Amino acid sequence: MSAEGLGPTPGEYIRHHLVHMTNKTQESIVDFSVINIDSVVVSVVLGMLICFVLWRAARKAHAGVPGRFQAAVEILVEMVDSQAKGVIHNAASRKVIAPMALTVFLWIFMMNFMDLLPVDLLPAAWHVVGPALGFKDYLRVVPSADLSTTLGLAVSVLLMCLYYNVKIKGVGGWAHELVSAPFGTSKNPIFAVLLGVINFAMQIIEFVAKTVSHGMRLFGNMFAGELVFMLIALLGGYAALSLTGGLFFVGHLIAGTVWAIFHILIITLQAFIFMMLALIYLGQAHDAH
Amino acid sequence: MENVLGLVALACGLIVGLGAIGASIGIGLMGGKFLEASARQPELMNDLQTKMFVLAGLIDAAFLIGVAIALLFAFANPFTL
Repeated sequence: MSAEGLGPTPGEYIRHHLVHMTNKTQESIVDFSVINIDSVVVSVVLGMLICFVLWRAARKAHAGVPGRFQAAVEILVEMVDSQAKGVIHNAASRKVIAPMALTVFLWIFMMNFMDLLPVDLLPAAWHVVGPALGFKDYLRVVPSADLSTTLGLAVSVLLMCLYYNVKIKGVGGWAHELVSAPFGTSKNPIFAVLLGVINFAMQIIEFVAKTVSHGMRLFGNMFAGELVFMLIALLGGYAALSLTGGLFFVGHLIAGTVWAIFHILIITLQAFIFMMLALIYLGQAHDAH
Repeated sequence: MENVLGLVALACGLIVGLGAIGASIGIGLMGGKFLEASARQPELMNDLQTKMFVLAGLIDAAFLIGVAIALLFAFANPFTL
């Protein structure tokens, strides 16, 4: 426990920064009535910002020599388009899936980018404003470090996969694939039923594993990154006017710089990986196994 | 209570350590294959590099999920006596 007049202990500091601003306290391990208001608000604001920027680019786009803004957006769109063309061989689906991939890439990149803001910047501002407005004094600004957000995105991709499975292969065709892939069927009815059960179990496991790993990969990367930033902030918190204190401060600067630069690679890479895997899973929904 | 805390600390160390072994060996194998392939066919180097980064993200996934869980146990310990 912190002593009178002194600040929080390191454990308390980190534990404070790991609590979401919820609408009510969680009662059981899975409680769907709890909403992480900070994740929802930050992700919606970032989504609106991205849509606005891309809309401006589309409005101002012209067919002559492009300016820098138009060229940058065109590079991005072309990159996503070439990835989508390489994986999804149905042009009508690509009309929906390629913009979805662009949205997912930019949205996750922006949500991850919130991790590069100083750890206490927005929570300190919230400390002044929030309790006065009646909200709790917790704030987590990285929506993709929230398991609810990343699993929500992964489940949305799963729902799209199920939709495209039914649409492209038909209900009968997809049902046949569910009981015949990956081990095939046989003419003998007993073996056919046995193989069907095994195949169906493997398909269920495949869908669940793909979705869970899709969501948890992003969560794990971002949560670990956020926690290392908090630990580096603690290193700065130990700085004092002594030799060890000075060394802690220098260490804080060096470690912070190195980790922030490495993290710039990680946030881009994780957004790209999420987009690529979404495209690949949707492509698997189009092609037969 | 100290027993539980000690065991949780040990668990965090095992999660991170064992996960790191797997992830490092995987990246090492994949990187070696990439270098071999680049030496054989330098014109494919750029395409392979993109795919290599995607694969690096996939290989690191389980390890980083483990690190996230271990850090969660280290700071927001759910195991009370």
